[in-house]
Amino acid sequence: MPMFLREFSAWMRRYRRTWRSTIVVSVANPLLFLLAIGAGLGRLVDPASLNGVSYLAFFAPGMLAAAAMQNAYIESAFVVHSALHRERGYVVAAATPLEPRDIMGGHLLFIAFRIATSALAFTVVMVAFGAARSPWVVLAVPAALLTGLAFATPLAAWAVTVERFATLNTVFRFVLMPMYLLSGTFFTLDAVPGWLRPVAYVLPLWHGVDLCRTLSLGTATPLTSLIHVGYLTVLAVGGVAAALVTYRRHLHF
Amino acid sequence: MATDSIEAPLIEAKGLVKAYPARDRPGGVFQAVAGLDFHVGRGEAFGFLGPNGAGKSSTMRMLGCVSPATAGSLRILGMDPARDGRRIRARLGVVPQEDALDTELTVRENLLMYGHYFGIPRRVINERATRLLDFAQLVDKAGDRVEALSGGMRRRLTIARSLINEPEILLLDEPTTGLDPQARHVLWDRLFRLKQQGVTLLLTTHYMDEAEQLCDRLVVMDKGLIADEGSPRELIERHSTREVLELRFRLDEQEQAAEKVRALVGARDGERMEVLPDRLLVYTPDGEAALAAVTSERLAPITALVRRSTLEDVFLRLTGRSLTD
Repeated sequence: MPMFLREFSAWMRRYRRTWRSTIVVSVANPLLFLLAIGAGLGRLVDPASLNGVSYLAFFAPGMLAAAAMQNAYIESAFVVHSALHRERGYVVAAATPLEPRDIMGGHLLFIAFRIATSALAFTVVMVAFGAARSPWVVLAVPAALLTGLAFATPLAAWAVTVERFATLNTVFRFVLMPMYLLSGTFFTLDAVPGWLRPVAYVLPLWHGVDLCRTLSLGTATPLTSLIHVGYLTVLAVGGVAAALVTYRRHLHF
Repeated sequence: MATDSIEAPLIEAKGLVKAYPARDRPGGVFQAVAGLDFHVGRGEAFGFLGPNGAGKSSTMRMLGCVSPATAGSLRILGMDPARDGRRIRARLGVVPQEDALDTELTVRENLLMYGHYFGIPRRVINERATRLLDFAQLVDKAGDRVEALSGGMRRRLTIARSLINEPEILLLDEPTTGLDPQARHVLWDRLFRLKQQGVTLLLTTHYMDEAEQLCDRLVVMDKGLIADEGSPRELIERHSTREVLELRFRLDEQEQAAEKVRALVGARDGERMEVLPDRLLVYTPDGEAALAAVTSERLAPITALVRRSTLEDVFLRLTGRSLTD
């Protein structure tokens, strides 16, 4: 068995104890959003302004991508930092035959599992709400996973180098939250001023939102989808490459 | 014993250096370990004694193969940590300063999880966990969450955890720091049993009594270097006298008294004096005789205590500082 699977199974063993509390954050919160904004506030939005799509059907896949980003942040920034400084699970694993790259690989695999299962649960509810308009929505689950990983791997690579916990919160407030609002989760980019639109196109979340949304609405085109997948993949792979270096430096210092 | 001298040492360090970028000087370098030479044989209990910042923990990290040496050479179990880290760590047990137990899991689950890291078959881990819980006197707590354990119990569980792979070498970083006296004695007893079973122990401590209790041989470290090496008894004989007379004076009288005692001690053979902030230490072959001499000078200490020399005195002599600074 590859060494990194030992680290993965350690995280799974812990998860068996804690999964109930994580359900609230990773599934219940996005669902409440779906209800409150999609079904409640959404009634005020005229479908004509969204090319005949209900606001719920427009918003839900955006929320799927945004929730994947948020889960990625919690799992890779906070948990990674804690594994080195507070709970110290990384330090314990580093004393065993595992190398830093095994610890990284096993944890990222677990994070992928967390993002994927949350995305799956969210998508099931979306379909039950009648918020999906195309069978292509099944591909929105891997799309949300890819969106999450595009954040998770660079964030883990960074969080393992961070010494002060407060730094993590600062980045959440000033980087992640604006991205949440500017990436077309809540409204189409047609609504933002023209000069701001290129900014949104650079934001990884916008690519995730647009990919999930076009799949759910059945409006996805091969070229655009390929660009989205390519951009997100580059970030996810780049994050792994960076994490290989930062994990080694910060676990074997 | 004859075979021991032929057998290569289990651990051998030559000119071992660990340097970090200095935090206060950009571009500067701080040498936490500034060149250590030592070797440890199979079955030995070997101690690193020194104050905080002496380089003990950095040394332990290098021995644990989680910190590459900046310079010098290190051989552990005949292997090179830079190349064979995995294989060496598979045969080490590590008891870190912070227990880092999984507080969400039960006592037994902590052992199972750790065993899994070593790729030990589940059945074997289960057998060993049962045995180790008994060894750590935690059988009654096996199903409890770690959160509910006292500090002493956590420490024992951490030691039990480190033994799951039946290590040949056990690394203990300040094993009893923060424990109450009773918990420390229980722990020493357990470590002593391990030693009798033939496990090689390497430990750091800044407690003299711990070093005296557990170590066959130790090095006194200061500022990243070894000040001296030997058995506790050898070190005491080399650097201290048989007895120590501790004198406490009223603080406003200490300076004056110190002058008189110094003159007194200077006239007597084989005696010397150290001044600490709160007391005077007279190193002497015969404490009672020294005390008699002091009282005959009409000096009136608040308290006077005659005791045997300890490693604390060795440390004071070697570094000019007390360990608890």
